Amino acid sequence: MSRFNVINSRARRIDTPDKATGRAVFIDDMSLPGMLYGALVQSPVAHARIVGIDASAAAKLPGVKDIVTAKEAGMIKYGVSPARYDETLFCHDKVRYVGDEIAAVAAVDREIAQEAVSLIKVEYEELPAVFTVEEAMAAGAPQLHDEYPGNVCAEVHQEFGDVEKAFAECDLIRTTTFKNKRQDAAFIEPMGCIAAYDLSGRLTLYSSTQVPHYVQRTVAMVLGLDVGRVRVVKPYVGGGFGIKAAANSGEMAASLLSKRTGRPVKLTYSREQVFMFGRARHGFAHTMTTGVKKDGTLMALKHECYLDGGAYSSFGIATVYYAGSLLGGPYRLPNMKYDGFRVYNNKPACGAQRGHGGVAARAAWEQQLDMIAEELSIDPVDLRLKNMMQAGDTTCNDLNMSSLGMEECIEAVKDGSGWTSKKGKLPKGKGIGMACGFFVSGAGYPIYRSDTYHGTVVIKLTEDGGTALVYTASAEIGQGSDTTFAMIAAEALGVPLSSVRLASGDTDMGVDLGAYSSRQTLMTGHAVKEAAEDVKAQVLDVMADELDVPADKMDIKDGKIVFTAGDVDISALRTRYIKEHRGWIDNIEEGPLTFKEASRIAYLARGSIVGTGKYKPPELGGKFKGAAVGTSPAYGCSAQVVEVEVDMETGHIKIEKMTDAHDCGLAINKTSVEGQMHGSLSMGLGEALYEEVKFDEKGRVINSDLAEYKIPTSLDMPNVDTIIVESDEPNGPFGAKEVGEGAIMPTIPAILNAVYDATGVRIFELPLTPERVYMALKKAKKKNA
Amino acid sequence: MKKLITLTVNGKSHEVAVEPNETLTDTLRYRLGLTGTKKGCEVGDCGSCTVVMDGKPVNSCLVLAMQAAGRTIETIEGMETEKGLHPLQEAFVEKGAIQCGFCSPGMILSGKSLLEKNPNPSEAEIRGAISGNLCRCTGYQKIVEAIQSVKSE
Ligand code: FES
Ligand code: FES
Repeated sequence: MSRFNVINSRARRIDTPDKATGRAVFIDDMSLPGMLYGALVQSPVAHARIVGIDASAAAKLPGVKDIVTAKEAGMIKYGVSPARYDETLFCHDKVRYVGDEIAAVAAVDREIAQEAVSLIKVEYEELPAVFTVEEAMAAGAPQLHDEYPGNVCAEVHQEFGDVEKAFAECDLIRTTTFKNKRQDAAFIEPMGCIAAYDLSGRLTLYSSTQVPHYVQRTVAMVLGLDVGRVRVVKPYVGGGFGIKAAANSGEMAASLLSKRTGRPVKLTYSREQVFMFGRARHGFAHTMTTGVKKDGTLMALKHECYLDGGAYSSFGIATVYYAGSLLGGPYRLPNMKYDGFRVYNNKPACGAQRGHGGVAARAAWEQQLDMIAEELSIDPVDLRLKNMMQAGDTTCNDLNMSSLGMEECIEAVKDGSGWTSKKGKLPKGKGIGMACGFFVSGAGYPIYRSDTYHGTVVIKLTEDGGTALVYTASAEIGQGSDTTFAMIAAEALGVPLSSVRLASGDTDMGVDLGAYSSRQTLMTGHAVKEAAEDVKAQVLDVMADELDVPADKMDIKDGKIVFTAGDVDISALRTRYIKEHRGWIDNIEEGPLTFKEASRIAYLARGSIVGTGKYKPPELGGKFKGAAVGTSPAYGCSAQVVEVEVDMETGHIKIEKMTDAHDCGLAINKTSVEGQMHGSLSMGLGEALYEEVKFDEKGRVINSDLAEYKIPTSLDMPNVDTIIVESDEPNGPFGAKEVGEGAIMPTIPAILNAVYDATGVRIFELPLTPERVYMALKKAKKKNA
Repeated sequence: MKKLITLTVNGKSHEVAVEPNETLTDTLRYRLGLTGTKKGCEVGDCGSCTVVMDGKPVNSCLVLAMQAAGRTIETIEGMETEKGLHPLQEAFVEKGAIQCGFCSPGMILSGKSLLEKNPNPSEAEIRGAISGNLCRCTGYQKIVEAIQSVKSE
């Protein structure tokens, strides 16, 4: 029996009946009176000087209402991190990748807008282009940005402890190099927006975004509007996974066009444009040297990483830091050196995707740990258990594990998968592998330097009593946050879930940094809880006056007022309430005083009852450069065991079984926690086996559709065993922390380790396509022959 | 040149003027206001635009409105009854088979067509029937469970 009434259960999500019936409104389902359609003019070449733009033919096309270029948009630089604002809305001097935006048009319908785009003639003087890290860093390579010589967008150099000294004390030191590929988030709903600039000079921007708050600030900055004059509203969003976690050019272009034409402008991306826009997982190349003692004690990690960044920074600065910092745990690692380089080239920018910066690094290292375990003849599970951090430990790079159910996770997947009876005992072609990982429950600091609250929440009781309206600017993007917050509000206030109504995703409702870095449950959750407690205290305060009972001798539970110091005569209050409600059918005749009655009486005494809540993390992390990236008030963690079957002739891999345990602290909605685990595993499986955004020699994406860019289908995903481990997180609301991203961390390395177990061959490059596996098997055969 | 056609959607017949190259998805969404049919790719890869035409699930982005003239079309909006959610919709809600919900209308219609042909499908048959409907959020497991739960009732 749970000690809670609402949370820690399996609740029906409040948004899914609408989603099951087609009533839920997504951006492209909306239209506004007089709406125009916007379209972007994008570069067909990867690197070129813009010699001239001739829009005269397009301007003459009937139905075209406006055309904007850099001349109209201005040259204000923006980006994700203020330290690296390197984009303008439209290119003015040169284009840097195929898809770079040059102009936008607004027309009375989609077709005319498209035709106008094709009529805009841009004259280019092509420049030599670079497409790989190696090309971009070569001496004399063409430069993308004058401000960043050598095409190095960002570099990180950190050392904690003394790696060389530690290596001198090691019994075994191993170096491996590992590569993944650029990936796409492949959410099913392409981005889109409607911008509506009104007669009083205010902009309302409806957008398929994860971060209304950051979009508000970026659009305001680029358009030169007061932040207070920009309102961003998020309808239902069809997935984001990181790519919708920053303002995009479509949002800014539509806003500019609406401001100039005075009419609403809708601008949606095609699937091809989603691929061209990029901003998804970077390509990483990791070289790691790990040193251990004979008994498996981890001593030091020396790590070098190069990120295939693309034409602009996007989230890249954070990414290059995360790629290093997220190896600080979950194992005790006293010495760590990291050198990271994020490199520009003439491909679409890469950004953040589920497990930001840490996924490929985790895959590389967890595979290497398995190799070390084998050399030392230690079971991979035991090697991990031996080095595991404990709750309360701090990593060498100053990340504090305030709770850590890692050991429980490992034991759970070990038992759940039958590890002991399978490891080393499966026939050739079948294999089992395991890995661990962890992730932040919200970035410790906002993306721009500020003392801002990370979330503010308002709860207002309806004046008739009985319903609590929760207003939060947080972003439901599919993960279930609306339901989570409604549950937290109901629990903290002491009412059933059905008494809570929630509105979210609107910058008018407060500040919320949005759905990224797995932050909302912990951060917005705190603010919701505080607001609900505020409301509750106000209601009980009024009851204390009315009934002459001290407020601390009362509570609200399951929609009823509970008196803890003996019976209280409520008949006078009840009579007053019933008089207020003459002719209503829902009056309460007997039984305990209800929350509904109490909140109506509270309204009569004080006017509208409004409670507020807020959250920002305490100061976190060390003092070194980049110390902020990786900090969080809490960390979620995962262990996974995967079983595979590899066809030794064709190299085809089948994932047979996955067992996943995740410590999410207290699970608010268990069904949603499992949903995040399932989704993470599915994305990890896709990234391990199939996913790679491919380019031709001119820098054009050649698989810019969901047939050629393959993500897992229902036939590729096995059923998985999900085990929820609940540690008690002191920094989480009711002890809750993240699940949305930590759960992807062990998937790829567990697959890699299982493939090795099945074949005896290590593969150091993703994805594990049949071709790559086949070649690796063939090479190994030759070597052994 | 637009042409006038008759579409029977969810049991109601509509006269609509459509362009020769207009997809059924666009006609449903933008002319009839049936926006429950989603558009994830417009080239037949994702299944979010699935509708049931003459009893068979199809990607409506691959069907021209003109080709649909005279046919019977069922969209997600036609599944609710006076009594509320269809049992399969109810199962999707109950089992947590919906996250972002963008794939859900198509998924549910694919599931419903399967159950009508085969009221007692195996897990493999369910997975086969929804293999043209991509979902990036759920990993499919709870979707499969939802469809399974309806068959067993
Ligand atoms: S929109 Fe029709 S299959 Fe994707
Ligand atoms: S629920 Fe998001 S794509 Fe299926």
